[in-house]
Amino acid sequence: MRARGPYYFTLMRVPVLLFASYADAFRAQQIEVTLADGATVRDLLARVRELATGRALPPSPLVALNQRYAALGEVIHSGDEVALIPPVAGG
Amino acid sequence: MRTALVTRAIDAPALLREVAAKEHGATSLFLGTVRDVNDGRAVTGIEYAAYAAMATAELDRIATEAVKCFRTELLVVEHRIGEIALGDVSVAIAVSHAHRAPALDATRYVIEQLKRRVPIWKREHYSDGASEWIDPTRSAREADAATGETHVLTFDPRVSTAS
Repeated sequence: MRARGPYYFTLMRVPVLLFASYADAFRAQQIEVTLADGATVRDLLARVRELATGRALPPSPLVALNQRYAALGEVIHSGDEVALIPPVAGG
Repeated sequence: MRTALVTRAIDAPALLREVAAKEHGATSLFLGTVRDVNDGRAVTGIEYAAYAAMATAELDRIATEAVKCFRTELLVVEHRIGEIALGDVSVAIAVSHAHRAPALDATRYVIEQLKRRVPIWKREHYSDGASEWIDPTRSAREADAATGETHVLTFDPRVSTAS
């Protein structure tokens, strides 16, 4: 059993897929952020913004979890496929 | 119903044959093609990139919504990915139905939802050698920033996708 409580929490390293203008801005197809167990999409965006090149993000970038658009309050689980989605321009 | 991301030329007549049915009196075809001018700049070519796994899944979700809503199974969508020349077809949607209104409406639904939701991006190459990822939300945001007003809200797929 894992210890739980205010002084014990698990950290997870979450790979984040980047595409198009975001991949150019971060000069990478993928970055990795460290999040506490139970972190949400909102927490993820805060961590991404702490990275030096995070300024390349618009005020409210879209995030996909497991290939679906995710709301800010959704919880990220270890092993989830996480992606930042730049403004789409298909068609 | 069929959806696909393709890296070859789109064969529109083949899509029409795919949705043909004797009991259907209406067939609608939409083709999106690469323009030679955007925002006053001469475009020499275009490149489409995708988050392929999610784009495939999202295209499938949109087509499924259209099939349910407009009551026809005969609907195909193909979006081309990679470098595309001017005038080439980047996206094709073919729908057939017993009647014209649902055939046309389903086609319109699929292209409008595709443009808002499917994670595909395009980079335009210009005659001066520059290239740029296109952000369809930028002009609206810049206009709002200039006037300090909010006329156009950026579409947010997280709250407006059909269930």
